[in-house]
Amino acid sequence: MADVLLFIVLPYVAISLAIFGGIYRYFNDRFSFSSLSSQLLEHRLLFWGIVPWHYGIVPVLLAHLLAIIFPNWWGVLLGGRDRLTALELVGMALGLLALIGIVILFVRRLVNARVRSVTSVMDWLLLLFLLLQVSLGAYIALTFRWGSLWYLHTAVPWLRSLTFFHPDAAPVLTLPLAVRIHMINAFVIILLFPFTRLVHIFTFPARYIARPWQLIWWRRQ
Amino acid sequence: MKIRAQTAMVFHLDKCIGCHTCSIACKNIWTDRHGTEYMWWNNVETKPGTGYPTLWEDQGKYQGGWERRDKSVGLRLHSRGEGLANIFYNPSLPSLDDYYEPWSYRYSELTNAPAGDDQPVARPISMITGKEMSIEAGPNWDDDLGGSRIYAAGDFNLAVLTDEERQQLFLLERLVFFHLPRICNHCLNPGCVAACPTGAIYKRGEDGIVLVSQEKCRAWRMCVSGCPYKKVYFNWKTGKSEKCILCYPRQETCQAPACFHSCVGRIRYLGTLLYDADGIEQCASVPDHELVEAQRGLILDPSDPQICQKAQDDGIHESIIEAARKSPVYRFVKEWRLALPLHPEARTIPMLYYVPPLLPVAATMEEGKYELGSDLFVDQATGRLPLRYFAALFAAGNEEPVRAVYRKLLAVRLLRRRETVGDIPEEVVQRILNESGSTSQEAEAIYRMTSLATFAERHVIPPFMREMAIEATTDPFERKESAGFGLSRPPKRGW
Repeated sequence: MADVLLFIVLPYVAISLAIFGGIYRYFNDRFSFSSLSSQLLEHRLLFWGIVPWHYGIVPVLLAHLLAIIFPNWWGVLLGGRDRLTALELVGMALGLLALIGIVILFVRRLVNARVRSVTSVMDWLLLLFLLLQVSLGAYIALTFRWGSLWYLHTAVPWLRSLTFFHPDAAPVLTLPLAVRIHMINAFVIILLFPFTRLVHIFTFPARYIARPWQLIWWRRQ
Repeated sequence: MKIRAQTAMVFHLDKCIGCHTCSIACKNIWTDRHGTEYMWWNNVETKPGTGYPTLWEDQGKYQGGWERRDKSVGLRLHSRGEGLANIFYNPSLPSLDDYYEPWSYRYSELTNAPAGDDQPVARPISMITGKEMSIEAGPNWDDDLGGSRIYAAGDFNLAVLTDEERQQLFLLERLVFFHLPRICNHCLNPGCVAACPTGAIYKRGEDGIVLVSQEKCRAWRMCVSGCPYKKVYFNWKTGKSEKCILCYPRQETCQAPACFHSCVGRIRYLGTLLYDADGIEQCASVPDHELVEAQRGLILDPSDPQICQKAQDDGIHESIIEAARKSPVYRFVKEWRLALPLHPEARTIPMLYYVPPLLPVAATMEEGKYELGSDLFVDQATGRLPLRYFAALFAAGNEEPVRAVYRKLLAVRLLRRRETVGDIPEEVVQRILNESGSTSQEAEAIYRMTSLATFAERHVIPPFMREMAIEATTDPFERKESAGFGLSRPPKRGW
C-alpha cells in the first residue's frame, strides 16, 4: 500500500500539481516567476557555488531525462565497455561538481546575514531537498556502479509505465533503500516546483540568440 | 531615413550648485521602498571624484557600453552565447559594496536611553539585514572633495593628465571641483536593452524613454553591467531591475520630471529631438574623435519642411514636431553646439547633454582694468581643470569640441560684462565673438536661455496624446469599482 502511494500516487500528484500549478502561477503571478538573484548582496562564495552547481546539475538532469525519453538510443550509447566507463566517469564528475556547488550555496545562505535576509521558508525547504537529492545521487553513483546501465532496466520502465498510464512499480521496489529515497525525493522536488523559485528553469531566455539587439515598443493606437 | 522623436535633456553645469534637491525629489517619489534604498536614479557627483557606484566609468571593470569592431559595434559585456553561458553568474556585476549598504538608525535608543552622564547615541542599522553595522560608504561619500586623497585622486578621467598636472590639481590653493548630476541617459543605442537576455528592457517608440518591464524581468542582471553609466539598478528584494523612468507618468500629464521640476539652480532643460533612426549604427561606429560630431549629425532640423514632411510620414504627430521646434535641447546641442554627451566613447548615443562648466575663470581687476590673463586654454592658473580632463568626460578625448564650447561660453560672458559693467572694450568682445564663431545675436539668445528662461521655455514637454491610446477606445466603465490599475498588484514575491 505504501509502495503504491509512494511510487504511483505521489508521482501523479506531483506531476499534475507541477504542470497545473506552474501554469497557474505563470498566468497569475508572473511577477515572481523567476529566481531571486542574491549576487548583488554577496558574490565571492556565490561564484564557487552557483557555477559548479548549474554546470553540474543541468547535464546530469538531462541525462536522466534523455534515458527515459529514448531508452533504446541510450542503450546503444552505453553498448561498448569503453563508452560506458567514459560516460559513468563524466556523470560522476558532474554529480560531484553539483554536490560541491550546492554545499557551498547552502553554507553561503547559512553564514551570510545579507543573503539570509532574502531567503524564504520555501527557499530553505527546496535547498534541503536538493541537498538530500544530490547527496543521494552522488552516493548511489559511487557505491552502486554502472548506474547509467541499470537505471535503464529499473527506473526507466517504471517511469515509462507512469507516462503511458499503466503504472507498474515492480521494477523499482527491490532496489536498495538509498535509490528508492532518491526516486521519491525526486517527485517531492517536482511537487515543490510551482511553489518555489524552481520555476526559473522554464525562464531560460533561449530567444536571446536570435532577437534584435534593440527593442522598440510602440503604444497601440 | 527613418525619423523618430526622442525626449532629450540638457544639464548646464555652470549653474549646478550641488544641492542634491533633484536626488531627494526623485528618491521621495520613486525609490523610497524596501529593496530600492541604495538606488539613486538621480545622483549628483563631485568631479574630480570616483562617483557612484565607485569607479563606474571604469569599463575595464564593469564592461558597460559598446566597443568598435570592424565597421560596426559589439556589446562589450558579452556576445549572445557568452550572455547565456554567464546567466548564472554575471562576472561584471557591481556588488552592493560598490554602491553602499543602506542604513538607518535605531532612534529609539535616543528616546529610551536611561538618564546618565553621556549623550545617548543612535546606532546605525543595516536596512538589508536589520542588524547593527559600521558605515563605510555612502552615496555622496566624497561630496565637495571630501576625502579627496582617496576619492578625487582616484577619478578615472585623471588618467589622461600628466603626473605634474595631477599633483597641481591637489595643491590646497588650487583645489577645484564641479558637480555632475546624472540620471539615465535614455540612449539611442542603449547597452542595457541589448544586454537583457529576456528582452524585458525596451525603448518607447514615441518618446524614446527606456523602461524595464517589471513583469518580464527575470533577474539575469545583465543590464546593470551593460549600462556604461551604471544607471540600471537591481532590486534585491523583488528581484527586478529598476531605472530612471524620466517620470513618464508626470510627463504624460504635462508635468516636468521631478528632478527637473525641483532643480534649484535651474540647470535642467527638457525637450524633443527628431533624429534619424537608420543612422544609429553608423553613428555608433565612427572613430572616437568623430563621435560628438556624428551624434550632432544624427539630430535633424525640425524647422526644415522636408524633415517635417518625412517625420509626419513616419507617424510623428504634428504637435510633437511643433514641440521639437521649441525644444531648448535642440538649441543647446545642435544650433549653439554648447552641450556635449557624457562619455560618448561608450557608443550608446546618450540623450542627456551637458554644457561643461566654465570654471573657474580667474580674471583680475587692476587699476580699473579687467584682465583675463593669458590664454584661458593653456594657462593652468585660470582654467584650473585642464581641457583634456573635460575632453575625456564629454568628447571621447577630442579637445576640439570642448575648446569650441568654452570659446563661445567665454564670449557670452564677456558680451554680458560689456553690457552690464562696461569695462571691456567693444573690439575685444567682437574679436572673441568672432573667434568663437558666434554673433552678438546668438550670444544674446544663449544668455537669455541660460539666465532668464521661464519654466515653460526650459521644459518643453511634448504632448503625449493619451486620448489617442487604446484605453480611450475601450468602455470607460470597464474598470469601475476596480483598484484603478487593472490587474496591478503590489510588487511582492510570495514564494
